[in-house]
Amino acid sequence: MRLTYENNSKYKAMKEPVDESRDEVVIHFAGDSGDGIQLTGGQFTETVELFGNDISTFPNFPAEIRAPIGTLAGVSGFQLKFGSVEVFTPGDRFDVLVVMNAAALKINLKNLKPGGIIIANTAGFDNKNLKLAKYIDGANPLIDHSLDNYQLHAIDITKMTREALKEFGLSVKEVDRCKNMFVLGYVYWMFSQTPDNTIKFIRNKFKKNTEIAEANIKALKTGYNFGDTNETFKTRFRIKAASLPKGKYRNINGNSALALALVAASHKNDLDLFYASYPITPASDILHELSRHKNFGVKTYQAEDEIAAACAAIGASFGGSLAVTGSSGPGIALKGEAIGLAVMLETPMVIINVQRGGPSTGLPTKTEQADLLQAVYGRNGEAPMPVLAASSPKDCFDVAYEACRIAVEHMTPVLVLSDGYVANGSEPWQFPESKDLKEFNIHRPKGDEFVDEQYLPYYRDENHVRPWVVPGMKGYTHRVGGLEKEEKTGNVSYDGNNHELMVKIRAEKIEKIADFIPQQEINRGETGADILILGWGSTFGAIETATKELIEEGLSVAHIHLKYLFPFPSNLGELLKSFDKVVVPEMNRGQLTKLIRDKFLIDAQSISKVKGLPFTVDEIKEQVLKFREYANQK
Amino acid sequence: MQTKNKSNGHGETLTAKDFATDQDVRWCPGCGDYSILKQIQTILPSIKVPRENIVFISGIGCSSRFPYYMNTYGMHSIHGRAGAIVSGLKAVNPELDIWMITGDGDSLSIGGNHLIHLLRRNFNLNIVLFNNQIYGLTKGQYSPTSPKGQISKSTPFGSVDRPFNPITLALGSEGTFVARAIDRNPVHMREILSAAHDHKGASFIEIYQNCNVFNDGAFEEFTDKSLKDQNTLYLENGKPLLFDNDSKGIILEGFKPVIVDMDSYSPDDCWIHDEEDKIKASILAEFFDYTEERGKLPRPFGVFYKNQRNTYEQVFQDQIDLYRSKREADLDSLLSGNNFWEVK
Ligand code: SF4
Repeated sequence: MRLTYENNSKYKAMKEPVDESRDEVVIHFAGDSGDGIQLTGGQFTETVELFGNDISTFPNFPAEIRAPIGTLAGVSGFQLKFGSVEVFTPGDRFDVLVVMNAAALKINLKNLKPGGIIIANTAGFDNKNLKLAKYIDGANPLIDHSLDNYQLHAIDITKMTREALKEFGLSVKEVDRCKNMFVLGYVYWMFSQTPDNTIKFIRNKFKKNTEIAEANIKALKTGYNFGDTNETFKTRFRIKAASLPKGKYRNINGNSALALALVAASHKNDLDLFYASYPITPASDILHELSRHKNFGVKTYQAEDEIAAACAAIGASFGGSLAVTGSSGPGIALKGEAIGLAVMLETPMVIINVQRGGPSTGLPTKTEQADLLQAVYGRNGEAPMPVLAASSPKDCFDVAYEACRIAVEHMTPVLVLSDGYVANGSEPWQFPESKDLKEFNIHRPKGDEFVDEQYLPYYRDENHVRPWVVPGMKGYTHRVGGLEKEEKTGNVSYDGNNHELMVKIRAEKIEKIADFIPQQEINRGETGADILILGWGSTFGAIETATKELIEEGLSVAHIHLKYLFPFPSNLGELLKSFDKVVVPEMNRGQLTKLIRDKFLIDAQSISKVKGLPFTVDEIKEQVLKFREYANQK
Repeated sequence: MQTKNKSNGHGETLTAKDFATDQDVRWCPGCGDYSILKQIQTILPSIKVPRENIVFISGIGCSSRFPYYMNTYGMHSIHGRAGAIVSGLKAVNPELDIWMITGDGDSLSIGGNHLIHLLRRNFNLNIVLFNNQIYGLTKGQYSPTSPKGQISKSTPFGSVDRPFNPITLALGSEGTFVARAIDRNPVHMREILSAAHDHKGASFIEIYQNCNVFNDGAFEEFTDKSLKDQNTLYLENGKPLLFDNDSKGIILEGFKPVIVDMDSYSPDDCWIHDEEDKIKASILAEFFDYTEERGKLPRPFGVFYKNQRNTYEQVFQDQIDLYRSKREADLDSLLSGNNFWEVK
């Protein structure tokens, strides 16, 4: 059955066949930053989610804010994979590439599958654009047969949009801004999706400007109807709804999920949330999101620098708030001394590192996982603290919530690792109900922490946790500080034996957290498989998909993904030793590999990628297969 | 969740002794820090704030040991960062009476950025900067307030840096209360500390503090019996600028301060100190360098400038209260967002 879109929002049955054979499709939208690519991608995402597909998305922004129009540096992209099956990544290579200009094609063509579909706006392929895109001698790929191995749909989208909107009396600039809606309508038609949700969205977005709203809707419908009349397009596709678990879903990206978790943790536990941060890519969106939730009493503080953000959070923690600071690698380096102070004070605090390519300023808009050792070891002195990592956009919620719990329940700073890939990527999230969220066990003094009526601020419970006493509490005045302190009293002490004791107590306190986190489970595959693929953080989707495919291909592999990187779950060593070979794909030079080798004396092998881009499924499969052959030779 | 003591403190009568701790004070004998500790402990009973609502927060340096000696809440933090820590604490807990204790190295060098932003934001708290013009704790390097030519461990041939004038820095940072005191004049120091506490906003007090071990006599011209009268000028609001036992006065010729003999001038001719006049405060702050043009002026002590401005924590809280009254804080609707769907 074929459906076509009519102006009155009704559908009528059509005769052409619909291809329903595909489980999943990868689409990549690309164009200038001003082409509305992110909005187009976002709308397509919402629509297929509502329809019931599983989806994973990833936006790719140019590094420069306003790179010159038409240049290779200015290309903005939005990639998504949606399917009737579980989708873990935004996909390696695309089935459909939508390009608004020559530069967008030039950059992305290499990742289009052979025989894939190209939808190109011919207006973006004039001489000027071809030159800016560095096509030699201005050769136009749309006409020189270089794209013969693909299904090319070259459409003058600009002209058709202008034509359709000529009665609106809008400026050329305003009309041209609607061309992304033409594209979206066309793609909706192609994938048998209704534009209704987007129409609703447009009406809402341009509430105050109905002229603009109607123009966008007209462009959307024109694009949709163009599908019908376009002779070259023989088939449409329909991706059936996925069978997701029952429940309520929304779309979420990693940074928003982190922010929501912080609000949820504070609200659920009656703690005031204080978030201090200094602008830095790719962490700033957490600050932006949180600053909108003042009705929850959220206090966001844009500090004068990274150090101040960390220190203001320490002040807020001392004052009894749920204190959080967020940044990316360079900012975390600056916060290091302050984090050490939080370790020494034994005060709750959450530090978020949305990692990016390093070292130094590195690749601010690209993703990497190279701050793991910094997180675990990057402070002066013996300064252990828990480290957790988020594996996907929605997992950011669980990890950040859990980090708050550990910080408060164990009176320690906790470091959360995210990265640019999970921060900006999005997926459907079966969000929790507030009643199901965990309540924290907040340690207040029990009354036995006194000697001669003097309060002992470092008097601990059986897990070495001291109470959280806040200025204003009568009868508990005390002093804390960064100098080594005497056991229990907290008075300054330079005694060597006391120092060694305190170093041990602080270390044991963190090690004991392993008793209060879940045991490690195998994500996919069986204990004792030939090869274990061990991962952490944002490599989750690619490893999970690779493992699934390798198992389907008859190989004995398994996947374990770590959320708790310090301390490790208590059963991890035993679990790892049940596999013949442990391989560790990471977007760094083998940092988890080092930790695993060090802790468990296992000959774990690193699979490394540091290109500022996530692993593709194929890359992981290929590398894993190498290790299998190596293992067989023995 | 905070357990805050709502008592206004009138219930218990405290003395200076109640603010001392059982810790041995570890400053060098004769150090100017002792005087500052004593004056603060002396004025605290009169400010009528319950002890548990008072917090002393310091950075690193000799002066920063201060919180250990105060029987209140306290934190001896890391070098230069007290300004950032007090900001976070005051932002979440506006009722607390916060005193930041810092030094010339702590707040004018490593923590300079925090100090200027703390003043600009105008949190209602007190900043007490002990200026001894030297790094004492690290055993005698020149500091950002050491005079040019200072011989120190790190400048055996004399420092080549121009020193900071903390008062002009505080005025330039939009401080709303800017004052100077000196360790050897306890009565005046107590007056200034009390005035600083009474001021609603960030109060900045620079206190000249003698480091008798590494920089003895740095402020001798303001403390020595035979020198101090001619070299010091005590500011009083609404009063003429007179010094040297009222034998000399200062008049303004345009923007130029000129020393006159009071034999031939009446106090009415003199510059009348107006704490709220920022332009005049800026001129007073410049009584710091000797210049050929204007000669040597006496060093002013007292309140240079004082003005009311909204405090950060107030505006911060007002914004939250406004949005709280406008929109209910429903966690479930926050979690679901506006665009959710159901899989049945
Ligand atoms: S070194 Fe100087 S400033 Fe430090 S305690 Fe001794 S005298 Fe005081």
